[in-house]
Amino acid sequence: MAAGVATWLPFARAAAVGWLPLAKKTMPKPPVDKKSRNDEILIVNVSGLRFQTWKNTLDRYPDTLLGSSEKEFFYNEDTREYFFDRDPEMFRHILNFYRTGKLHYPRQECIQAFDEELAFYGIVPDIIGDCCMEEYRDRKKENQERLAEDTEAEMATDTPLPPNSTPRERLWRAFENPHTSTMALVFYYVTGFFIAVSVIANVVETVPCRPPKGSVKDLPCGEKYSVAFFCMDTACVLIFTFEYLMRLFAAPSRCKFMRSVMSVIDVVAIMPYYIGLVMPENEDVSGAFVTLRVFRVFRIFKFSRHSQGLRILGYTLKSCASELGFLLFSLTMAIIIFATVMFYAEKGTKGTNFTSIPASFWYTIVTMTTLGYGDMVPNTIAGKIFGSICSLSGVLVIALPVPVIVSNFSRIYHQNQRADKMRAQQKVRLARIRLAKKGTTNAFLHYKEEGGLQDHDSDSAALCLKNRSSFEHQHHHLLHCLEKTTNHEFTDELTYSEMCMTESVGYRTSRSTSLSSQQPVSSSCCPRRAKRRAIRLANSTVSVSRGSIQELDTLQVQKSSVVPQSRSSLNARTEDLKLNCEHRDYTAAIISIPTPPANTPDESLPPSPAVPGILRNSRSISSFTHETVKISSL
Amino acid sequence: MGAVVGTLTMQTKQRQPSRDKVDDDLEMTMVCHRPEGLDQLEAQTNFSKRELQVLYRGFKNECPSGVVNEETFKQIYSQFFPHGDASTYAHYLFNAFDSGHSGSIKFEDFVTALSILLRGSTREKLQWTFNLYDINKDGYINKEEMTDIVRAIYDMMGKYTYPALKTDAPKQHVDAFFQKMDKNRDGVVTLDEFILSCQEDENIMRSLQLFENVI
Repeated sequence: MAAGVATWLPFARAAAVGWLPLAKKTMPKPPVDKKSRNDEILIVNVSGLRFQTWKNTLDRYPDTLLGSSEKEFFYNEDTREYFFDRDPEMFRHILNFYRTGKLHYPRQECIQAFDEELAFYGIVPDIIGDCCMEEYRDRKKENQERLAEDTEAEMATDTPLPPNSTPRERLWRAFENPHTSTMALVFYYVTGFFIAVSVIANVVETVPCRPPKGSVKDLPCGEKYSVAFFCMDTACVLIFTFEYLMRLFAAPSRCKFMRSVMSVIDVVAIMPYYIGLVMPENEDVSGAFVTLRVFRVFRIFKFSRHSQGLRILGYTLKSCASELGFLLFSLTMAIIIFATVMFYAEKGTKGTNFTSIPASFWYTIVTMTTLGYGDMVPNTIAGKIFGSICSLSGVLVIALPVPVIVSNFSRIYHQNQRADKMRAQQKVRLARIRLAKKGTTNAFLHYKEEGGLQDHDSDSAALCLKNRSSFEHQHHHLLHCLEKTTNHEFTDELTYSEMCMTESVGYRTSRSTSLSSQQPVSSSCCPRRAKRRAIRLANSTVSVSRGSIQELDTLQVQKSSVVPQSRSSLNARTEDLKLNCEHRDYTAAIISIPTPPANTPDESLPPSPAVPGILRNSRSISSFTHETVKISSL
Repeated sequence: MGAVVGTLTMQTKQRQPSRDKVDDDLEMTMVCHRPEGLDQLEAQTNFSKRELQVLYRGFKNECPSGVVNEETFKQIYSQFFPHGDASTYAHYLFNAFDSGHSGSIKFEDFVTALSILLRGSTREKLQWTFNLYDINKDGYINKEEMTDIVRAIYDMMGKYTYPALKTDAPKQHVDAFFQKMDKNRDGVVTLDEFILSCQEDENIMRSLQLFENVI
């Protein structure tokens, strides 16, 4: 029941007084309405634009956000209004729905934005009024189609092959998307070339060549150079057969492949040759054989694999099948009618061409399509009159379905253009997305470097980190929690690959140098990196009150001694951690290299040099007093 | 050439709505009625200004032109009784509301009737009801009129009732009614008889009070 009618309900109830004298039983008690009946004006603030409406208006649809108590979540006590952080332009339409009971779709808005607004306000799109329903549905369908083909395009071409694909899958992929590998591309062009050669050969062999010596009649080239043409034909057919068999082998679903249009075309293109080989050379059959050669021209359709435009045309014709059917049907009707009329009109004339109705078909067709060869013309006056009516109506009948076909073709063509554009831009887009992702990862690593991982008890921490937004703080905290949960840490690609390489090296060196004090080589398996770090530290504004500042390469924290060997190998990462605030009495750079943690007890002497190998700093930064920070210089 | 013509025709959109219908619609929307002033209505009815405002807003929302014709009235009323056919009863109701017999209900009629039904005295209510039953407005209710009314009310119930509706149920109902109301057994019920009989019936009196808080 429309909510607008709800305003008449009190009136209908009042009219029930008319039943009272007739009532056989007593009337039931009316429901008590506890809500205050005073109508008040509500202010709805949508992104600054203030809308005001009666409370009753909103109450008409209790299933929606604004009509139910859900809107209380958006109530702002201070300003005594309902605040929504949404599009104010769209809200106008939403509110109009409450007021008039009809939802209209604004034509200039994006369909998806509109849908999202409707979903937010809890309004079902099905109630869009008839005036706008068609437009809404069309736009929605178009949008969905576009999204479908976008995801298709994404998934289709440039997806990298799954790592363990069989040769068969690779072959199929090479056939379907020639751009993926050079071999496929080469094959693609070779087949294209041979299709062209074959078609041209078919054409040229019928051209009359100069007759050989001793004959006056012109001979078609095909008979003059029959051997050459035969060889060319054989070569082409061999290539096509090979290609067809390869495709058949590689196809994921052979039955489906054999039923597809392209494969049928392939078969039809090569069949005549084989049939010609098999058939004997006698007179009766050779007539049929000549007919078979006509099918060789179907090779030209193989080009549709190479040309997208051709495919679009084929697809258009398929999708306009009904319009084409209608065209054909109406033409046939008109032809029969006019042929009959013309035949009877011209029947009396002597020596007329209109010998029978089927003979008049030819005249009718030629006239209706405005060709007008002139091989058959009416002579009687009646014939001429009907002839002219025939040509006029022909224009009309053909003009009717053609616009539909044209618009279909245009739509499909534009869709394809769009798909091509998307594919071209895909690479750029993907690169940008990858860059952005890398940016966030790097941000986290950078954050860790700058001491974000320690507790924020001391004020000094605030100094280091004041440039981060609160969002970043929280995000990094989250990533940190994840690290803690999984007991792994984030690193970047470069470090990871390096660590994988040098893991074994580091292991060996660390063992050997565990007991020695100052080992220039030991601490880092990446001396280059260490130097870089040292330079970086030197340039920093870190204040260190203890230990050598210049080359702070390794820092070992005592507490974190229970790092198992295996784990540290997984952690292959390098971190520079700068603890650089005033209250700290050390600054250090931390390299975590997979090292056995057992070295720790040896380094209890404060300034003594470190065991090479840094253990993870992050676990032990709870209290600085207990920790021995070893600084070694390289 | 056929294709050219076809493509050209595609560009132009031609719509030729029937002229008469459009003109009719235009004429309909031209008719617009504004009620008398708020103060006057307040004086004439038993509603307060605020209530009148609420009523008018609802009324105007549904009928922007300010009048309700019988078709619209029937449609609206039928929506409250989807089970059966409310059109006949709505017709009688419309005539009861349309005190000026103009063929359309204006806001004044609407609000006057509501005032009687909800805020009026018992006598006024009963008078209104008598007016409803008296289809030809001759001051008497005879059996045919009553049967029509009762049948219209039963029509609103629809087909699926429990217990199932018998065909002579309206007749029986009317007979019972006349038994009660027609004091002098002359076959018709006058206004005084009606009011007297209703006042004697406690059920009716009690029920009349029930509908006061509808607005």
